[in-house]
Amino acid sequence: MVLADASELSEPFSWPGSGVTRVPFRLFSDPEIYALEQQRIFRGRVWNYLCLEIDIPNPGDFKTTFIGETPIVVIRDENGDINALVNRCAHKGALVCLQERGNKAKNGMTCVYHSWTYDLRGQLKGIAFRNGIKGKGGMPDDFDPAKHRMQRINVEIYCGLVFGSFADDMPSMEDYLGEKLSWMVKRNFDRPLKPLGVHSQIIHNNWKLYAENVRDSYHATLLHTFYVTFKVNRMDMDGGIVMGDDKWHHISYAKRHELDETDEYDKAGVHAAQYESKLSGPELLKAWDEFPDGITHCIQTVFPNLTFHYTLNSLCVRFFVPRGVDETELFWIYLGYEDDTEEQTRMRVVQGNLTGTAGLVSLEDGCINEFVQRGTHMSADKEAFLEMGGRDAESSGNSRATEAAIRGFWEGYCGIMGFR
Amino acid sequence: MSIFPADVANSNATPVTDPIIRQQVEDLLIDYVHAVDDFELDRWPNFFTEDGIYQIIPRESYDQNLPLGILFCDGRGMMVDRILALETANIFEPHTNSHITGRPKLSQNDDDTINARSNFNITRTMQDGRMEIYATGKYIDVITLAGDKPLFQDRRVVLESRRVDILLVYPL
Repeated sequence: MVLADASELSEPFSWPGSGVTRVPFRLFSDPEIYALEQQRIFRGRVWNYLCLEIDIPNPGDFKTTFIGETPIVVIRDENGDINALVNRCAHKGALVCLQERGNKAKNGMTCVYHSWTYDLRGQLKGIAFRNGIKGKGGMPDDFDPAKHRMQRINVEIYCGLVFGSFADDMPSMEDYLGEKLSWMVKRNFDRPLKPLGVHSQIIHNNWKLYAENVRDSYHATLLHTFYVTFKVNRMDMDGGIVMGDDKWHHISYAKRHELDETDEYDKAGVHAAQYESKLSGPELLKAWDEFPDGITHCIQTVFPNLTFHYTLNSLCVRFFVPRGVDETELFWIYLGYEDDTEEQTRMRVVQGNLTGTAGLVSLEDGCINEFVQRGTHMSADKEAFLEMGGRDAESSGNSRATEAAIRGFWEGYCGIMGFR
Repeated sequence: MSIFPADVANSNATPVTDPIIRQQVEDLLIDYVHAVDDFELDRWPNFFTEDGIYQIIPRESYDQNLPLGILFCDGRGMMVDRILALETANIFEPHTNSHITGRPKLSQNDDDTINARSNFNITRTMQDGRMEIYATGKYIDVITLAGDKPLFQDRRVVLESRRVDILLVYPL
């Protein structure tokens, strides 16, 4: 279904007069709105996460991914440049790259259906039986391979992360994020990265419920009771929320308190000692002070469907891909740095238990958004009530009792969807 | 203990010929899956040595020797925490798991530990009756016979799929 704009929805939609403190439940289950999002958001003026630069280190390396539901292939060419293409043959439209990863340096990309072959930039190089067989058949004389190619997507590489956009006049990633937020991406990603492992989970809810969830600091200690249950005395409760200028993206962070520099603390910079707990396996929270800013927990969102977390020393790209109006695949891409010691890698691995599909702290997020989906799917005319922390979407020193970042998401969403 | 799995394939292991050893190992494997399926979760850490390793990892990462999977316990302490967390802290929709396991292939190491590889298939049943294949894969185990009863020294649960439906809370 392709819709030109909001006025073409079979039932007109307009945002409630009270603004982003109310969110109509229809947004989570209406297939026409979902189709409009594919066009307005994912194929519109946003930067979409595609992959990591280290996913495709060598010429010919490719990785397939998605922008919204559109299949994409990201491939490095002979010059070392990264190209992003719609993974669709210019002939009949079949997928060109079938594997998730691989290398096409030798023969370029060939569609298996009729052997149309493309170079590493997606330009058509040749087709089978162009001149027919024994003088019969073949393409018309005016067929020109130079006029056919796989559809190209704009690419920007930022701090080792590869982004793509269907729009050709996007601001740079630096400007897209804004300086209030870009520094944290640089802090976490702008050095050689090392892959630690990837898994994904299917969550049975509209993608925007997860976009809300990662901006929802109100629920953190209420739904996720691991820290409370194990009496983990966290010394890092100073924190806040930083909103970008256009409210699309945000950072929520917690900082450790300034401590007296005890001998033990000096010795290794390892701060497991800061976490008293009832854990039988306290190694779970063993961490070291990695950055001088003292930020130990950080969630960063990038509109529309990307989140980074840095908790203790666990660094992760969370990329959530819409798979239908009520299904989302959430990828957990865990990373370390190339110069990590064995002990540092080990700490990152052990801390991986806190998050992900089996995350001790956060596994509830796998089902909670589904509970909203199931609770609301027959109540399109009702709406969510979001007034915790006020009615605006401004930065705040109080990281817990506010829904400011969620309201920010909806402000951005209304704007790009034309729902204002 | 290493965060990486033991390199079972390249070890100098020899075939297990003693039927009593096979019987002991098969009993351990079966007792384990019945305990987790029947919610006898307090028994779960006791299937491992004190410093035993338990990891759930997708095949893709396992094959690439990437260290971080879905769940990792180093020692009984972390296992005890897992069980206490799921019984008291974690929130999830009620469901049951049912394991079907295949006959293990066994080999014996120089230090008398046993390598075992067996396949599993796990069906999950939700409270509303919905049933589906939740996970399929293989157990790669190192089992010690040094104590009164055989125990897992290292158990890697290698999932065929890197994609998990909803969440993972019970040990597999």
